[in-house]
Amino acid sequence: MIQNLVDGVLTGSIISLGAIGLTLIMHMLRFANFSYAELLGIGAYTALVFDKLLAVLFPALSGKIGALTLTGTLALSVLLAMVVAGASAVVIDALVFKRIRAKADALSMVFASFGVALILRNVITLIFGQKAQLYSNDIAFAIVVSRDPLLLIKPDQVFVLLAALVLMGGLHLVLTRTTFGFALRAVAENPVLAQVSGVRLSVIVTSVWLIGGALSAAAGVFYALTNHLSPAMGHNFVLPVFAATIVGGIGSVYGAVLGGFIVGIASGLALMVLPSGYIPAMPFLIILFVLMLRPHGLFGEDQG
Amino acid sequence: MSAVLQIEGLEAGYVRDLPILRQVNLTLKQGSLTTIIGPNGAGKSTLIKAIAGIVPISAGRVVLNGRDITGIRPDEMAPLGLAYVPQTDNIFRTLTIAQNLALVLRRLPDRAARLRELLDTFPPLAEKLDDRAGALSGGQRQMLAVAMALATRPTVMLMDEPSAGLSPKIAAEVLDLTRSLTATGVSILLVEQNVKQALRVADHCYILAEGRNRLDGPADQILSDPEVAAIYLGGRRVGAA
Amino acid sequence: MIGLISYLAFFATMAGILAIAVLGLNLQWGHTGLFNGGVVAFFGAGAYGTMLLGGPPEPGQFGGFALPYVVALGGGILIAGVVAWIVGLLTLRLRHDYLAIATFGVAVAFENVTRNADWLTGGARGLRGFPRPLEAAIGDTFLYGLFFLGLVLAVLLAVYLGLERLVNSPYGRVLRAIREDEVSARSVGKNPTRLRLESFVIGSMIMGAAGGLYVSFYAFVSPQDLAPILTFQIWAMLIVGGAGNNRGAILGAFLIWGAWTLSGFALSRFAPDAMQLYTGSIQYILIGVVIVGMLMWRPQGLLPERVTKTIYQKGAKKGSVIINKEVI
Ligand SMILES: Nc1ncnc2c1ncn2[C@@H]1O[C@H](COP(=O)(O)OP(=O)(O)OP(=O)(O)O)[C@@H](O)[C@H]1O
Ligand SMILES: [Mg+2]
Repeated sequence: MIQNLVDGVLTGSIISLGAIGLTLIMHMLRFANFSYAELLGIGAYTALVFDKLLAVLFPALSGKIGALTLTGTLALSVLLAMVVAGASAVVIDALVFKRIRAKADALSMVFASFGVALILRNVITLIFGQKAQLYSNDIAFAIVVSRDPLLLIKPDQVFVLLAALVLMGGLHLVLTRTTFGFALRAVAENPVLAQVSGVRLSVIVTSVWLIGGALSAAAGVFYALTNHLSPAMGHNFVLPVFAATIVGGIGSVYGAVLGGFIVGIASGLALMVLPSGYIPAMPFLIILFVLMLRPHGLFGEDQG
Repeated sequence: MSAVLQIEGLEAGYVRDLPILRQVNLTLKQGSLTTIIGPNGAGKSTLIKAIAGIVPISAGRVVLNGRDITGIRPDEMAPLGLAYVPQTDNIFRTLTIAQNLALVLRRLPDRAARLRELLDTFPPLAEKLDDRAGALSGGQRQMLAVAMALATRPTVMLMDEPSAGLSPKIAAEVLDLTRSLTATGVSILLVEQNVKQALRVADHCYILAEGRNRLDGPADQILSDPEVAAIYLGGRRVGAA
Repeated sequence: MIGLISYLAFFATMAGILAIAVLGLNLQWGHTGLFNGGVVAFFGAGAYGTMLLGGPPEPGQFGGFALPYVVALGGGILIAGVVAWIVGLLTLRLRHDYLAIATFGVAVAFENVTRNADWLTGGARGLRGFPRPLEAAIGDTFLYGLFFLGLVLAVLLAVYLGLERLVNSPYGRVLRAIREDEVSARSVGKNPTRLRLESFVIGSMIMGAAGGLYVSFYAFVSPQDLAPILTFQIWAMLIVGGAGNNRGAILGAFLIWGAWTLSGFALSRFAPDAMQLYTGSIQYILIGVVIVGMLMWRPQGLLPERVTKTIYQKGAKKGSVIINKEVI
């Protein structure tokens, strides 16, 4: 029970990071982006490449940090992967979505995002192979926090949870303390008035792609660090991040964070009653449940 | 008095090949308060939005201080000295009052000083800086919206029904406030439903009907025009409360 | 010669089955503007439903009711319809892209069930031994192949004619009106949510019929047959052929299935050994490129919709994000 809960919180933090950008994109550009979760895969694999590269260039950094399997090079690689994934999100938008939304409706973008997801996932497969991989082959020993009830926690998991919370805290500060943050929230609330108030929409949309891509990359690395990398990882996060945005209400950053934890914890607890093969469908059940009870989510305003 | 805003043969609408405005001409003179009145759906808001770059323009010109600004992007308005207060949803409800103001002030080099000036002009806002703007009363909301528009020291302000939804007393106050702004050198184009009140404060008046110029003239003349009284003042006695 | 004809018949049977599913999708997307992100689930519901109802009994396995073929197929179609009805009921009155998310979820849940619910679906092994209609009576495999092709083409023709009648009736015009502009459709007294639900359910039942034919053709079904790529293939067929045009839908099905088969053949023949594991990925990328490329450069497909949209409606959808010069 307690183990499921703790694992759920961890998964939840990863889903939350993945959902923050998605909820803003879905709100501002008004389309459900099925390729968004592939940014987790892009981030995780980019970090893998940088990790290998940096380990060769700066062998001194390749030692493990404390009790973690995380190495100095991987820690740096996360930051680089965040930049690359953010840039990829901007590039994909410029190449595909921007052109489609210039001449067609939002549903065509949903359609296109499915195609983009298929392409991205299979390009990753072609480059890195189908097999699951790990950043480090060292065994990550779990610490027995308690024997009865049994509770095992790996140091990596503690790191991931803390790092995710730090990123979310940082975003919170940006949103509440900087004029850039005000501009972003202004666009989310009322894009036309935001323009009238001197905000250039295209700048904000680009920033949201950058932020979303970066946070997703971190989520991808965090997932891979505590589980493994596989080309399907983006695909496996599609439903959880959508569920988080719908639970939280589309357009609400704080809703997405809360929604991510709810989805993660619910999926963790569901393991107690459901065979693990059914867990991928859990976010779907959550979505249906929310749509029945509170179609606009906990904090959402999108109606149309 | 010279024209600060000149609109010539303007055609604009929300959908291509379906203009709402047809051949609209209008002149706003330096320091004047000019009101646009007309029945619901006449295109008053559309005209203002077309000037602000929110509704696409298919023909005609908008000239601001001698410069052609036809079809600018709305976010380019402020540096040109143009400001717009929308009819509804004219503040960010989810931001605090301080954040609303910081947003519009963020490009100004002297933003701290300007903020103080604005708060001196609108004392009620100073008391509620950290409240969410959504919690303001109707009159205070309009005050915040006007303050946000004034923040960048515009020379021309476009205001869309600032008195809508307010009690008659507060509406009159808001219009008086609008009138007083012209003393600071701002020229104002004011759309109003509240025809009597608008004519009371305005210098000049344009009447728009079905997207076209219908009539225009000095406000007092329009006020005493029997046809206008019959159509737009509902035949009621002019000057009644 | 017989070999070639028999192969062509096999190819055409498969393409015909997929074309039926594409017609179902065309009713949803092409004519009503509904985005179905889980075509494979409705196809699969028809396939598994038909199998459970018409298949042979097996110890320890639910189903195997060995019902007459037509009853089994009809039941499979009904099951697909019921799933669609439930999902539609929950999502069709909300934001348009919620349907896409929910149907995607249905496909994930469906895959979980087919892989894990051994008692119901046979798990990864799948279910086998479906008695193919009239197989015993015809006997000869070559003749049976032709017979089955005839059956598929007859169903395809029937679905095509039925849909043509439907979309050219006043009902079809209302569907398109809803697709273009819900507000005006509502203003003439139509209930858009209800009509969208009907269209979604009918389209899904047509996909279920395709699934039922699929299982009767192969006589078995397993999760491998119902991979998520099937959804993408069926979309690619529709978008290449021309959404909103039923003939285009059929053309697209044959073209894309042909291209898929040929590319698979060419890759297995000419790709270096090291790449053989990844030919699937290359094909998937090609499908993705076809979808994105068509949407970007020829969204109307090879055979565009014949009904001309009014300027007003086109404009109203355009720039639905924000109506002004700032293109975001
Ligand atoms: N966003 C929009 N999309 C399409 N048509 C619109 C839109 N907004 C307004 N219209 C149409 O444009 C016409 C003019 O509307 P506008 O809002 O300019 O009128 P108005 O004179 O401001 O009326 P009111 O006094 O009610 O505010 C109306 O026929 C209206 O239906
Ligand atoms: Mg108006």
